[in-house]
Amino acid sequence: MGRLSPRAIYLGLAAPAGALVFALLVCALILSVTGHPPLEVAEAMVGSLERPRTAANSLNSATTYYLSAVAVAIGFKMRLFNIGVDGQYRLAAMLAAALAGTSFMDALPSFLRIAMTIAAAMLVGAVWAGIAGFLKVTRGVSEVISTIMLNAVATALVAFLLNPDRLAVTVAGSNNIGTPTISEGGRVPGFGYPGSSSDVFGLIVLAALVGVVYWFMLNRTRFGFDLKATGQSESAAVASGVNVKKMVLASMLLSGAAAGLVGMPQLLGASYSYALDFPAGIGFTGIAIALLGRNHPVGMAFAALLWGTLDQTSNVLDLSGVPKEIVIIMQGVIVLSVVIAYELMRRYRLRLEQRDVGRALGTAREEVHQ
Amino acid sequence: MFAQGACDISTESQSAFAVELRGITKRFPGVVANSDVNVGVRGGTVHALVGENGAGKSTLMKILYGMQRPDEGTILINGEPVELHSPADAIDAGIGMVHQHFMLADNLTVLENVVLGNEPRAGLGLDFSAARSKIRDISARYGLGVDPDRLVDELGVGERQRVEILKVLYRGARILILDEPTAVLVPQEVDELFGNLRELKAEGLTLLFISHKLDEVLSVADDITVMRRGTTVRSVAPGEVTARQLAELMVGSALPVPELRDSTVTDTPVLEVAGLTVQAPDGRTVLAEMSFTIHAGEVLGVAGVEGNGQAELVEALMGIRTPASGRISLLGKDITKLSTRRRRSAGVGYIPEDRHRQGVLLESTLWENRILGHQTSRPSVRGPLLDRAGARADTERIVEEYDVRTPGIDVVAGALSGGNQQKLIVGREMSGRPVLLIASHPTRGVDVGAQAAIWEQIRKARAEHLAVLLISADLDELIGMSDSLSVILRGRLVAEYDPGAVTPEQLGSAMTGAAGEVS
Ligand SMILES: Nc1ncnc2c1ncn2[C@@H]1O[C@H](COP(=O)(O)OP(=O)(O)OP(=O)(O)O)[C@@H](O)[C@H]1O
Ligand SMILES: [Mg+2]
Repeated sequence: MGRLSPRAIYLGLAAPAGALVFALLVCALILSVTGHPPLEVAEAMVGSLERPRTAANSLNSATTYYLSAVAVAIGFKMRLFNIGVDGQYRLAAMLAAALAGTSFMDALPSFLRIAMTIAAAMLVGAVWAGIAGFLKVTRGVSEVISTIMLNAVATALVAFLLNPDRLAVTVAGSNNIGTPTISEGGRVPGFGYPGSSSDVFGLIVLAALVGVVYWFMLNRTRFGFDLKATGQSESAAVASGVNVKKMVLASMLLSGAAAGLVGMPQLLGASYSYALDFPAGIGFTGIAIALLGRNHPVGMAFAALLWGTLDQTSNVLDLSGVPKEIVIIMQGVIVLSVVIAYELMRRYRLRLEQRDVGRALGTAREEVHQ
Repeated sequence: MFAQGACDISTESQSAFAVELRGITKRFPGVVANSDVNVGVRGGTVHALVGENGAGKSTLMKILYGMQRPDEGTILINGEPVELHSPADAIDAGIGMVHQHFMLADNLTVLENVVLGNEPRAGLGLDFSAARSKIRDISARYGLGVDPDRLVDELGVGERQRVEILKVLYRGARILILDEPTAVLVPQEVDELFGNLRELKAEGLTLLFISHKLDEVLSVADDITVMRRGTTVRSVAPGEVTARQLAELMVGSALPVPELRDSTVTDTPVLEVAGLTVQAPDGRTVLAEMSFTIHAGEVLGVAGVEGNGQAELVEALMGIRTPASGRISLLGKDITKLSTRRRRSAGVGYIPEDRHRQGVLLESTLWENRILGHQTSRPSVRGPLLDRAGARADTERIVEEYDVRTPGIDVVAGALSGGNQQKLIVGREMSGRPVLLIASHPTRGVDVGAQAAIWEQIRKARAEHLAVLLISADLDELIGMSDSLSVILRGRLVAEYDPGAVTPEQLGSAMTGAAGEVS
């Protein structure tokens, strides 16, 4: 029963594909009930995707979502629920932006500036998540509660610091305020997308790298083994020599460091400053994508792409008079049906294998025993 | 009553049986666990199910308890065909099951565990006091000695089992399934349990039990069904066979006897324990001032009734539990403060008493389980990286050498039968030439054939200077395998015996404190 037989691959894809089809049907139903012809809506969305700008933006959204999903997944693998990715990346992005925008950075070589900004963001994210880890290890505080509360604290802290008296300046020509704009040398150039006015984030490379590192850590390193073992059975992990407290702390720090990266592609590739309108809520999207992609590095990449595409193509809906919230409904239905589909598929696969085995063995079991 | 016993039921009248399984077939990926199984159990009797590891005994019982659906076949209860979709259905049909692996929630009390899923309601709230007195009643009636307010986490394996039995009785079961209930008990407890079973039988309950200990089976069962490779091969009455014949029926080989040959004890101390004291979270002293030494090539056996400090001793030695005072040294080096991981990489092997809690990752593959506990040593790991090829190859070796019955090393550990999981653990802990093996019940749940193989492996390693701390409920195993033998009672080593001269009876009375304190 090789794990990569054609049937295994086909079955692995069947679950998400089936869920997608189901979600499409539900949305079509909702659309027709509310008096919008589903086919036309679909046509409009697909049509908009053919516009290079939408495609480029979809890739960009996916990049950010993917980083967020990886941050969540690191916790999930250990049965830790880091609900605080949202606060972690916002605080990290703001502080990193403030650092990158300072004038003394202008003197440094570009590469160093970018590296320092990214490192700062990872550090802030790690520290912020680390607080929750520390509370869990020393005081037994559930990380769900503490990270949710830390989200609120992060919001308040960002609002406090994002003030002309402190880290922010008024953005010229508007009443928006943000950190000083990062000068040319601190930015990450994007990749041009033929025919599109907006570039693809240069840091899409970083997202891919994070995915590879995540995969490598989980499947090839001792640390990853300890992490998964702790997630599966804490008592067995302890008996095998894992220091569970250390693992909790380490995985929260890692998760937070990954969360710190979430704002970077946007900051260094498009916004160049952390202002009031910096995208928020991506931490929660990350939870949905980690679920959809089953914490798998490749699965999450597809999930992030799907999510980003849906987000971007939904912009066209307003133009045709369809509430774009239909896409949010669709995303919700996808997550729900995927979770159900995975379970159904698991049972179906078991039955298939049993039938094969039954056919191969008849009632004799000698072969099994070699 | 029925001279035929539980024989071929197709010819028997159906109303004769409390439980009748007809043509049961169950397939799992890679194995056929049951194929066309037919068993009839007379009401008000004790019916034993025996067979080698992986023969399909647990699977059959899980089907009867509604935990697994048969692919084919029918179940009749008191002559009526029933469809059991879940344990809830089985409970409604009056069937209860005590599992091979206990299924209690650690951080709840006995009372909460017993009423879980069956909460006594009083208006809006829960009526715990009624439940508490009902538990006390049942406990007293069958001499289970269960205190409803203890935390399950604090209970030893034997006590947990009595809670499981009580839980089943609490739900009003009339047909009781016990999967290897005696594997975890010392002889006195086994006698008590059998006393309980006889009482239950006298009240008209039907008991089905699985065991690898054939003497016990012969002494308590009214009928015996032998399973092999997924089918029933024979039904016998205990009077018709000897333990040896039964073993031959099961595995086709004779009963093994654990016996050390020449002494291999050297005078190099491997494990030295001095004044080791361990306290429970509530401040009770569970291990008091314990001191002993194990030399290279020596097996120190520790006999004792479950819950007298064995678990605490083992966990303190492994670094899982912090002792209040005392000193532990390995090969002359003080390891009292070392982490579990450092101790393991210093060459300490560990066979835990509860394999599901501490021994395996049920959702991981066999080769991943090979790495567990050996995350710092070859061949499974190289530096900070896993060596997948090395781990896989060594898993193949273990499967081969220890006769782990599995369709392959990519199946998850949870898919193996209990005894085969145990063989995998023993094989893993014996690999990499440990200097010290801490073995709690190393042959618990393995069939007589595999038991002999494990004993042989321990003997071989001992000849190559392995030091072993052997804790076991099986007195024959202890006497046969140990170079020196101590009895643990209330957290102290109270007596020492020469394994060559002691009898199980002497040990038994020392274990309960009846012999008075020696040494
Ligand atoms: N959930 C499962 N998935 C796949 N295979 C399984 C599963 N449960 C049991 N098996 C397989 O079915 C066979 C019978 O297992 P079962 O647990 O019934 O054996 P057993 O007779 O109770 O053995 P033991 O004496 O070791 O407890 C074994 O080969 C086992 O590997
Ligand atoms: Mg079993």
